[in-house]
Amino acid sequence: MSTLLNVAGLNAWYGESHVLHGVNMQVNEGETVCILGRNGMGKTTTLRSIMGIVRKRTGQITFAGQDVLAMPLHRTARAGLGFVPEERGIFATLSVDENLMLPPVVAPGGMTLDEIYSLFPNLRERRNSPGTKLSGGEQQMLAMARILRTGARCLLLDEPTEGLAPVIIDAIGAVLRELKARGMTVVLVEQNFRFASRVADRFYVMDHGVMTHEFPVGELNARMDMLHETLGV
Amino acid sequence: MTMIFGIPIQAFMGQILIGLINGSFYALLSLGLAVIFGLLRVINFAHGAQYMLGAFVALLALNWLGINYWFALILAPLVVGAFGALVERTMLSRLYQLDHLYGLLFTFGLALTLEGTMRWYFGASGQPYAAPAALTGAVNLGFMVLPIYRGWVILASLIVCLAVWALIEKTRLGATLRAATENPTLVQSFGINVPMLLTLTYALGAGLAAIAGVLAAPIYQVSPLMGSNIIIVVFAVVVVGGMGSIMGAIVTGYLLGVAEGLTKVFYPEASNIVIFVIMAIVLILRPAGLFGKEA
Repeated sequence: MSTLLNVAGLNAWYGESHVLHGVNMQVNEGETVCILGRNGMGKTTTLRSIMGIVRKRTGQITFAGQDVLAMPLHRTARAGLGFVPEERGIFATLSVDENLMLPPVVAPGGMTLDEIYSLFPNLRERRNSPGTKLSGGEQQMLAMARILRTGARCLLLDEPTEGLAPVIIDAIGAVLRELKARGMTVVLVEQNFRFASRVADRFYVMDHGVMTHEFPVGELNARMDMLHETLGV
Repeated sequence: MTMIFGIPIQAFMGQILIGLINGSFYALLSLGLAVIFGLLRVINFAHGAQYMLGAFVALLALNWLGINYWFALILAPLVVGAFGALVERTMLSRLYQLDHLYGLLFTFGLALTLEGTMRWYFGASGQPYAAPAALTGAVNLGFMVLPIYRGWVILASLIVCLAVWALIEKTRLGATLRAATENPTLVQSFGINVPMLLTLTYALGAGLAAIAGVLAAPIYQVSPLMGSNIIIVVFAVVVVGGMGSIMGAIVTGYLLGVAEGLTKVFYPEASNIVIFVIMAIVLILRPAGLFGKEA
């Protein structure tokens, strides 16, 4: 497997506040990687820095051989990265369909509308209602669906299960497994440890702005003591 | 003689007509302001100057190049829109990271500079601009005589306003604009060139002001200060309609124009301040404006 996303020595700041202190991370093509860590350790900032939403950064971010760090924000999506924010970012003044069609297609190979609607049947029924009339689970599905349309090669997914009912979480897990079967690369930030253990191939543990541990899903049980201590779960 | 509320119908309808014409300009100008404010969060004080520039483009194109009114109606928004794009790209865009006050101060300074420059070259007095031959004369509607050009202004303003409304509410580009108004960073992360979108939006707003300027040229005289006379009222219209509300800006523009006209019939002394009185009342009762969403 070849490395699709390589992050090396990444530092990032929010204004004066130094949040990332040299993050190193490699993600292979087709892999689902999950970043674990307590609140405020820099997981979301890592995703936002890779995407280019956090602009004050030093270090290296390469994606598919391209230097992403130097790109203006609207170029990172064109390089094949897609970001689904924690707050989902569904636009209130746009209908479900308009939300879905908003991100431009950046590469061939994205899902067609029919494929998206068969993966997320709820969205088809609600295509003309305003985006924010959707339930939390439907909003999460819409936020993922609109990126899947674009042909992005790598999905940066920030806490997709937060605040959702177990049955919806199961549905999102099924979607992630379907994406993996299609060869999609996913970087997942997740607090829901049980959910993450069902979908991820490999884990990074983040603490105070650096990656402290890295292990494959097979070593999960052997690492439980460390995880309990670091994550407080 | 037919009377309405003790007023001859000709006088009554005449004032409604004047109100609708003023309202046409209010609607076009406040629409541009609302579009710019919605996306750029800039209160464009240069809007009156851009309206004035539109009228001057029409006047100078005619005097220097013999370009007629109809071509001027297309040329002026293109010229003023391009100038607006240049201003946004080279200057205004540097201020987005700062407090909104800087954008307001910058555009205010720009307005003074443009008006001062035009005054230096062309003097402060107004210059006449003849309406095109096809639109001169008047038709008798029975209850009143309607000058054709004035009817045209109302029609043209309605068409332009509805076209812009449809562009923003019904098209894919409009959906992108609305989304960028809500969350520009996320929209840019989707791969949309939001800085370019901001430039085009400012150009669109400036172009709308220029169309209003060309429409106004045959009615009012073309003068460097024509914009500063109308822009204060237009700001009141935007406040009453609700900052950033597209339909609100359009509807409020016509409504307040008519309200002003009617005040001239019943209580002429108050006609210059009625819009500001309405603004004060709206601000007290509905601070977000008639069509605005409560923040």
